[in-house]
Amino acid sequence: MAETRLIQGNEACALGAIAAGCRFFGGYPITPSSGIAEQMVRLLPGVGGVFIQMEDEIASLAAVIGASLGGSKAMTATSGPGFSLMQEHIGFAAMAEVPCVIVNVMRGGPSTGLPTSPSQGDVMQARWGTHGDHPAVVLAPSSVGEVHELTVRAFNLAERFRTPVILTYDEVVGHTRESVILPDRVDVVDRPRPDEDPGSFLPKRVTPDGVPPMAAFGDGYRFHVTGLAHDERGFPTQDNAVAGALLTRLHNKIDDHLDEVADVEEYMLDDADVVLFAYGIVGRSAHEAVRRARDRGVRAGLFRPRTLWPFPSGRLAEVTAGVDRVIVAEMNLGQMISEVAGAAAATTEVVGHLRADGKPITPSELLETVLAQGGDRP
Amino acid sequence: MTDVRKYLREWAMPHVLCPGCAHGIVLKSFLEAVDQLQLDQDKVAMVAGIGCSSRLAGYADLCTMHGTHGRAPAFATGLKLARPDLDVVVVSGDGDGLAIGGNHLIHAARRNIDITVLLLNNSIYGMTGGQVAPTTPQGAIASTSPGGNSEASFDPCRLLTGAGASFVARVLAATPIEMTKTIVEAMSHPGFAFIEIVGDCPEYFGRYNKAGGGAEMLNFIARQGESVAVPLTSKRFVNHVPAPEPRPGLRTGVLNREIRPVYSGVRGAVSDEA
Repeated sequence: MAETRLIQGNEACALGAIAAGCRFFGGYPITPSSGIAEQMVRLLPGVGGVFIQMEDEIASLAAVIGASLGGSKAMTATSGPGFSLMQEHIGFAAMAEVPCVIVNVMRGGPSTGLPTSPSQGDVMQARWGTHGDHPAVVLAPSSVGEVHELTVRAFNLAERFRTPVILTYDEVVGHTRESVILPDRVDVVDRPRPDEDPGSFLPKRVTPDGVPPMAAFGDGYRFHVTGLAHDERGFPTQDNAVAGALLTRLHNKIDDHLDEVADVEEYMLDDADVVLFAYGIVGRSAHEAVRRARDRGVRAGLFRPRTLWPFPSGRLAEVTAGVDRVIVAEMNLGQMISEVAGAAAATTEVVGHLRADGKPITPSELLETVLAQGGDRP
Repeated sequence: MTDVRKYLREWAMPHVLCPGCAHGIVLKSFLEAVDQLQLDQDKVAMVAGIGCSSRLAGYADLCTMHGTHGRAPAFATGLKLARPDLDVVVVSGDGDGLAIGGNHLIHAARRNIDITVLLLNNSIYGMTGGQVAPTTPQGAIASTSPGGNSEASFDPCRLLTGAGASFVARVLAATPIEMTKTIVEAMSHPGFAFIEIVGDCPEYFGRYNKAGGGAEMLNFIARQGESVAVPLTSKRFVNHVPAPEPRPGLRTGVLNREIRPVYSGVRGAVSDEA
């Protein structure tokens, strides 16, 4: 029997993590994400897992990576300033191909900003925050139920592709209490394991789908892990051809499987003249604004990526072909709007409905923008 | 003496270390300890940060990780909590462990997690070209203290004792048999064990301070029992830097040993420690 619960987004995240097989959590207190740690410390011992509160967010993600190398599914959770500190190890996890999940409950920034207010100011940092060229997989749920669903998905994608996955939602999603139906069971993906003899094991063997099988420390395979450019043996190299091939593979292992990663909610797009592009909590306001606009005879639609990165450029281009205007609604001063503008046809006008004062964007204010932008074009 | 080649990745040679550097002595002493303890190579993890000392992990045929600068104790903490069946050893340097990674090191000590930290103190940043470190003696020349270091330096063993490390020892890189014996004791100790290994950096410290090559530096440290304070006798010592306090002779051996509860994370009945 599926279970109905009245819970906050942060609780749904913890429950989703446990359901996905997470058995290690390392974190550091920070608003508005602390609720996740406070749930994990209660849930993990009951399933044979381990919790630790580390000395900072840098150490938190380091511990998570260490646990993952030991074979555990592992997660950390943070907000704004802590997410900045984690960038170093997001890059390490991408380079060393260590599966892990990083939750960033977004609050107002920059710096300490507005600790208890929502924001979507970290979506570009989620893509490009750590240095160097690296792939990024970033998921953006908009409701408590979706937090549960996409937390499970974050673990599955991390394991499937041996990569860090970022789950990001704002303070409102994290703290809102909603009635959700939790599934009895979820589909769980485990990292690919080697089946060869330890003597011939190559920890970064190039495989047809680009994801090398991953052994755990202590399981009979001895190997080296490094954040330096490395060869198939996992050993540092300065060979430019090898380094270049590694970076290309790290990108291709995601880009060649976009069908497994992409995830978009499309609402009323078939005949839309004006399309709202929104994600996270704003996606819910946008959904309501589209419904109200339709009631008034305006052909509005919604494009809501649940996977923010890789950016769904191809699909957005398809659905906006022939569309007059795309309104990008986000709780920042314009971040995803540049991606939308890059993907939309030259004949499509892209405008922003942007807000970065710590208040969520409401359906009413979005409706006004839709009516102003969508109703009067010849 | 054991033939430690069975614990080496000979295919990874030649190594990156400079002639006269004592880090190779440390690696051999550590592998001797692994052999004396009769540890299963599959169950020993060597977790390193960034720097010359941290490159040692790559040459050991164990479960090895070369992480980020200063963070090795944090990686090791996660690994040990997830895999209590592993012996986890951190190899770090003075810049790695005491500057950028100081916070992680003291918290690992405070928790008394059951890992061993080998801190190779050569009093300078070697890999980046000889910059001043938190262990560089006052007055010593480095590329970022061309007029002589004006900052006070850490005593790593006192620092770690204060942070709660339940096993603290200092050994000289010039005494490898003593070093092996101390590493065996440290790895057998239940809880956090810290060993400061005082060695040399002839390429930068030695060259900048006219302190001689590897043999001269190690000899001096062994004879004087005074850390790598050799530059204080250097002709290049700059007069306008206040004369340092005379350093007490470096105490070696086990400096602190106590038994207290071993940290194994917040976990349920599955805990198999403490």
